[in-house]
Amino acid sequence: MTPKSEQKKFKVIGTRPIRHDGADKVTGRAVYGADLRLSGLVHGKILRSPHAHARVKSIDTSAAEKLPGVLAVATRADMPDLKDKIADLGEGSVNLAHLGANVLAHDKVYYKGHAVAAVAAANPHVAEEAVKLIKVDYEVLPAVTWVMDAMKDDAPLLHSDVFTKSMGKKSSKPSNVPTHIHFEKGNIEEGFKAADVIVQREFKTASVHQGYIEPHVSTALWNQDGHVTVWTATQGAFTARAQTAELLQIPVSQVTVVPCEIGGGFGGKIAVYLEPVAAMLSRKCGRPVKMVMTREDVFEGTGPTPGSFMRVKLGATKDGKLVAGEAWLAYDAGAFPSGVIGPGAMCVFSCYELPHAKVDGYDVVNNKPKTQAYRAPGATQAAFACETVIDELAEKLKIDPIEFRLKNAAKEGTRRVDGPVYPRVGLVETLEAAKSSPHWKSKLEGKYRGRGIASGYWFNIGLKSSVAANVNNDGTVSLIEGSTDIGGTRTSIAMQFAETLGITAEAVHPRVGDTDSVGYTDLTGGSRTTFATGLAAHEVALDIQRQMTERAAILWECEASQVQVEDGVYCHKDKKFTFAELAGQLGHTGGPVVGRATVSPEGASNGFGTHMVDVEVDPDTAKVTILRYTAIQDAGRAIHPSYVEGQMQGGAVQGIGWALNEEYVYNDQGRMENASYLDYRMPTALDVPAIETIIVEVPNPAHPYGVRGVGETPIIAPPAAIANAIYAATGVRMTELPMSPPRLWAAMTKGKNT
Amino acid sequence: MATVYIPSQWRDLTGAVDRLELPGRNLREIASGLESRFPGIAERLVEGEAIAAGLAASIDGAIASRGMYSPVEPTSEIHFLPAIGGG
Repeated sequence: MTPKSEQKKFKVIGTRPIRHDGADKVTGRAVYGADLRLSGLVHGKILRSPHAHARVKSIDTSAAEKLPGVLAVATRADMPDLKDKIADLGEGSVNLAHLGANVLAHDKVYYKGHAVAAVAAANPHVAEEAVKLIKVDYEVLPAVTWVMDAMKDDAPLLHSDVFTKSMGKKSSKPSNVPTHIHFEKGNIEEGFKAADVIVQREFKTASVHQGYIEPHVSTALWNQDGHVTVWTATQGAFTARAQTAELLQIPVSQVTVVPCEIGGGFGGKIAVYLEPVAAMLSRKCGRPVKMVMTREDVFEGTGPTPGSFMRVKLGATKDGKLVAGEAWLAYDAGAFPSGVIGPGAMCVFSCYELPHAKVDGYDVVNNKPKTQAYRAPGATQAAFACETVIDELAEKLKIDPIEFRLKNAAKEGTRRVDGPVYPRVGLVETLEAAKSSPHWKSKLEGKYRGRGIASGYWFNIGLKSSVAANVNNDGTVSLIEGSTDIGGTRTSIAMQFAETLGITAEAVHPRVGDTDSVGYTDLTGGSRTTFATGLAAHEVALDIQRQMTERAAILWECEASQVQVEDGVYCHKDKKFTFAELAGQLGHTGGPVVGRATVSPEGASNGFGTHMVDVEVDPDTAKVTILRYTAIQDAGRAIHPSYVEGQMQGGAVQGIGWALNEEYVYNDQGRMENASYLDYRMPTALDVPAIETIIVEVPNPAHPYGVRGVGETPIIAPPAAIANAIYAATGVRMTELPMSPPRLWAAMTKGKNT
Repeated sequence: MATVYIPSQWRDLTGAVDRLELPGRNLREIASGLESRFPGIAERLVEGEAIAAGLAASIDGAIASRGMYSPVEPTSEIHFLPAIGGG
């Protein structure tokens, strides 16, 4: 789908080499956190709160400490006092008091599953028995789990030290609303006056979990010399190091984080949970301590994405031009402030040119686990609301939904509601690709069948990345990068390096380094890794090429400027060296060639996608079957198309789960009632058809190969696309997620005798 | 001079001024200029020598990566936004 004028000839980029870590992954030899075995290893276990909200009056660990086989017990008393400390973690700042109180509760527990104490013992069974012997005296407090209830004046106040901040302006009264965001563009009243058609609807979404297959796992060794080593499944080794060091109040140089292979993260493996606790236990017992969560621990103790309430109003003229939009969004933050309302509010209208708009967003604490990022955090909820209203407007105006989007699509020069102006972006191209796709052109016939479409937007962020490389004398290159690999990035980074240097992808041996082996690198998240770490790899390749040119000049007794390089072949007059031939001569031209680069790029990019789906709704059970699904996305430049397609397919399937079944079900005591994969319904291979993909390439001008991040955008559109398809199939507008059979059946039969 | 857009939630300090032109080679100088013109803004924008927690600055459509030392061009357009992360 790349325009011909923009097609460049690449030798490596755009091909599909076998992934470098493939053999280890398919043979089971890749080392995940749970595989780690160390001499003298002992096992840790966490005691979790049975209450959704309670004051912790006392903790008595004496009986647990006396149990044979118990080696250490840790509670809030073992944590440094972190009151009012703010730490910079690279991606942003964090309130350490809140982070620490989430890792081990201090004066209160804020959700069922909140960690209260921990035990290390000779084996996991003894540790499990020991935590049951810890006596905690709770004063149970009223709990609140629905975002709108938490905003009420008479709601239970979670934190007496949390005040509403409005772009830095602080309220005088404690509140369950830590953040209020407000954007304005144009004149909203005038805008709606100019509208011929206005649609306004209210929406609700349930909390869902990232659902990574690998539970959290960490092992820590606090050595006798005071150095702490942590082996963990994390999206960012340096981010985990910073959090662990800050929570323990020791220098970062005293902590080494070794990132293990990771079985999925999706944003949920950025914050630390087990790492500092395992370290505290190790300090006490002098042994390496391994901690592994159960699935129940993962659901109840780690971050879901926010539940939300949203109101969206859009107005358009008869000829289909949007003139005004207004959104009111309230998102859960869970137990502690700092949810994802910011990006939610920034994304709600980001697909469209709107001359007049107003957006209010509220971050709300309540008695749920602290929410964490989940693939395009905050954008999926907002798109569900906006794209459903867009669909309804198109219907009322009798305009094809793709044409309506094309008439109003954001493009280069469009000013977002929050202010910035887009550079070149690819939404229009994804809509055009949708329009000409075999799926859109196909007929969908039959009762209770419908087709829906929706678009989505997510930022790409830049942040900091480091890469180093060593040239081997056989012509291969060992590449060490700081980005943990959660989606095939080892290979897509190696491919950019190979392309620049003019060697094959197979000649590059990429490895993810620990925090002592490579320069500082921010987390793998924000759709940044292939962009930013790829950019660092490109710069390393240029550095190596420069050094190799100098070596060739030594051998040819000429100036480096007289050496030509093309496709990895170094030439001077009639003399030539391939990269491998030249690598074999490094020993007598000055020794090893080592390259390095660190980048902190600005101008990452903007990612747009459009999804379409055909559904069939069972009129008796209201079960929705996905008949056909196509995901279209602007990848800028697809480095390894299989990985881009994989991200699009994976994001679409997660979005399908969010749309149709996944939800945290709470009882009236604020306790989650479905904390297992038996009861928390994620899609399986039997629930989804093959996800068709169309990659659009509108190169990102801020990257030498035009890369845009692709990891997050694909989860945004599915719920809205499916809601629009359900409407086409049944005539029922669904405004609440998940659109599970009971909820859809109730909507389909509302007002009817059933 | 750079064009600085004032977030709607700061306009209580600016008398409803929603944008202005300010000289400055980097964000630190822009922030200083804003504070001189509208006292109280720095308290919301700056913490120590950094952009306040939870906020970010966009310069010409890109999130500034060097904090208060991010360079500003005379033609730059500057917005102050909520900080974003990612999954």
